[in-house]
Amino acid sequence: MTKSIDTSRRNFLKLTSLTAGGFMIGFNWITNEVKAASVIAKSAAADVGFNSYLSIAPDGLITLFSPNPELGQNILTSFPMIVAEELDADWSKVKVVQAGLDTARFDRQVTGGSGAVPHSWKLLRTAGATARHMLIEAAAKRWNVPASECTTENSFVIHAASNRKLSYGELAQEACTIPVPENVKLKDRKDFKIIGTAVKNVEAKNLYTGKPLFGLDFYRKGMLYAMIQRPTAFGLKIKSVDAEEAKKMPGIVNVVTFGNNVAVVGNSTWEVMKARKVLKVEYEKDGSLESTDDHNKLFTSLMNSGKADVQRKDGDVEAAFKNAAKVIKSEYQCPFLPHSPMEPMNFFADVRADGIELIGPTQTPAATRTAVSKLLNVPEEKITVQMTRLGGGFGRRLKTDYSVEAAELSSIIKAPVKVTWLKEDDMTGGSYRPAVRYRFEAAIDAKGNMTGYKLRGVGINAGNCTRQDNFPSGAVDNLLIESIEHVSPITTGAWRAPITNFLAYAEQSFLDEVAYAVKKDPVQFRLDLLQRARTNPVGDIRYDIDRMEGVTKLAAEKAGWGKKKGVAQGFAVYFSHRSYVAQVCEVKMENGKPAVKNIIAAADCGEVVNLSGARQQVMGGITDGYGHAMFGKLSFTNGETDQKNFNSYRLIRMREIPEIETHFVDNGIDPTGLGEPALPPTGGAVANAIFRATGQRIREQPFIEHSVFTGKKVKSTMKNTEIK
Amino acid sequence: MPKYQLKINGKNLEADVAADTPLLWVLRDHLGLVGTKYGCGIAQCGACTVHMNGVATRSCILPVSGLENAEITTIEGLSENGDHPVQQAWEEVDVAQCGYCQAGQIMTAASLLKKNPKPSEAEIVRTMNGNICRCGAYHRIREAVKLASTKI
Repeated sequence: MTKSIDTSRRNFLKLTSLTAGGFMIGFNWITNEVKAASVIAKSAAADVGFNSYLSIAPDGLITLFSPNPELGQNILTSFPMIVAEELDADWSKVKVVQAGLDTARFDRQVTGGSGAVPHSWKLLRTAGATARHMLIEAAAKRWNVPASECTTENSFVIHAASNRKLSYGELAQEACTIPVPENVKLKDRKDFKIIGTAVKNVEAKNLYTGKPLFGLDFYRKGMLYAMIQRPTAFGLKIKSVDAEEAKKMPGIVNVVTFGNNVAVVGNSTWEVMKARKVLKVEYEKDGSLESTDDHNKLFTSLMNSGKADVQRKDGDVEAAFKNAAKVIKSEYQCPFLPHSPMEPMNFFADVRADGIELIGPTQTPAATRTAVSKLLNVPEEKITVQMTRLGGGFGRRLKTDYSVEAAELSSIIKAPVKVTWLKEDDMTGGSYRPAVRYRFEAAIDAKGNMTGYKLRGVGINAGNCTRQDNFPSGAVDNLLIESIEHVSPITTGAWRAPITNFLAYAEQSFLDEVAYAVKKDPVQFRLDLLQRARTNPVGDIRYDIDRMEGVTKLAAEKAGWGKKKGVAQGFAVYFSHRSYVAQVCEVKMENGKPAVKNIIAAADCGEVVNLSGARQQVMGGITDGYGHAMFGKLSFTNGETDQKNFNSYRLIRMREIPEIETHFVDNGIDPTGLGEPALPPTGGAVANAIFRATGQRIREQPFIEHSVFTGKKVKSTMKNTEIK
Repeated sequence: MPKYQLKINGKNLEADVAADTPLLWVLRDHLGLVGTKYGCGIAQCGACTVHMNGVATRSCILPVSGLENAEITTIEGLSENGDHPVQQAWEEVDVAQCGYCQAGQIMTAASLLKKNPKPSEAEIVRTMNGNICRCGAYHRIREAVKLASTKI
């Protein structure tokens, strides 16, 4: 859980902006340290770091700054909406600007963990409310009326009693002279005019007319283009490089080798691509060259005899299973997946004697700067990072490998350079969702109660591939959650809803198996477990029972759970990243095969900021979760991916989408994030609906390889369900 | 290197590039028209879609040498003020998430509607199926094409 910020501890700064008479409002992070406060008071505006979320120019132009990287989660629209709400700004006239990395002015300039809005919610509101307060005070002073008689609307301060009004622009200069309030009152949510409405993407026009917004679109006169040949398999290193022919190709400026990279540098992308093809690089073994077959064997052996890390243990699991009337045991498996953002990795770097300039698509600009600072031994103050728009991220751009290599290359060739990855480089170059196998076991007593629950997860570079405190922990007397990690040369990383993007599918499918085994309705089975956790909790409970129950009931109600004829329904509910999403999937049989028709979702993400963006996140998250559960598979032969591009790696397309219905719980709590939470439940809801339609459990992703779709039995290395 | 005379967005432009250079990279690296995107380079994703003589075409595998008599339209030239019915519909439906694939989606949709101004849903899906959207904005893309068809 992210701790909410205590905004009262932060000093607000008002600064007369350098643009004549403008007005800027910010929070100063430096003043968190008590001693720094006086320093700021004495400093000139230009000298101090201030966190500027908004500025109001005398001509009335309101500029709202959005400090977090935009990758499609629509933060560039929703952050300013929050400021504008409390400011009572005329939304149609505000200008939104993507801020660059500035750790003195902004905090947590990260896109990840569905955390931006929950983290900055109060901060952004307070920024808007503070400016509004000062504008009102300025107007009241000029009119010589009590501030309490003034109201604001659409970037105007209004004094209704005397029928007067002044624009924020007209008041900007005077507002600067008003003392910054210690505490400002935030709006009651019933008075929200912008928050909770469907607001269109502020970048729409630029996106739909082809303006340069993305990292790959960045160009600077004199920059060079580069591509890097990296090892063709995980577990290889360079033995020798023959670049003679490549160097002679037209437009090629240089070929340099650093680490296991061979960089071809030239005057255009195509020339570099062609020259790269004639490079002769020999590799030698530097680690194990692993294949998917090896991983399957490894999963089996580690599952049976590996040394596990115990993540959570409640009660006496051994006794529960010994005394069980029935034991249900099942294994589930998910493959590696690449992130596949549509825009491939790329970064611009200009390493000069006087400093370093980095420009490109990153989810973590601060980490990028730190990594480059360390590698090149240049102080962070001398490094700037400008974020472009990201053509998708999905976790891939939390890593700094592709920005750091650009900086390293620029430092070697002493020239500004943009490094571009081909789609093949993206898909073969790593940082995947890890492959995992899970074994679930449930002990059932004579009355049909789940008295014991075991989960063992084995993952490849997955760390702890369980979420030990998630549901159903707390609802079962005797419980054991363990994980085992195999360390591999294949690189892995966070992939939208890390761990839960496959764990939720496995767990929600298994709980469905248990519900059927004890002859309970799958929704009621979960509600009973939640009730158990509420009335008689076992150990620590880290999820909110009411919120989980709320989305469960809402999804079931909206989908007409159990009441529809002619469709097979499947249910799943999951808590991730502070939010709760339940889904009902509906499947019909067509030509003897299951066809996924509808997914009805109920989400509790707290306050919805932008209804249009929130719906997108739910629909996109479900489409993402469904597409990858259905089709996604990255397999390996001797350390090399078998899939290289979209001709062999299948992403979901328009023809395959189910209809999606989204509902939000309106409970008025502060936002809890929505970039990821809609994804995890989807695989489980779909697999459970397919079971309902076909009687077949799908225990492995991708679903499309299952006999319900192919008509052919595939030999699995996993243990299928055993019922004792 | 040879010089190629190209007609792009109604203008006569010249590119001094190798004969096998795909139009995509001529547009992006040599003519500064970066609205057309690189996605896969093998004509699988549709991010690079432009119009060649009015027909949606994948520019990533289209060598510049064969284009001297072709009229090319890119996203930048689809309309003068960004108000082509498809662009308007995209704004109204609020389609984009990351937005990277959207130029290609818009060009595919515009080409479809030029040929078939009132496509059925099945025709829309069949045509748009060639364009990948990794963010999964397909529902809104489909809705926007339908909306655009009412504006043409």
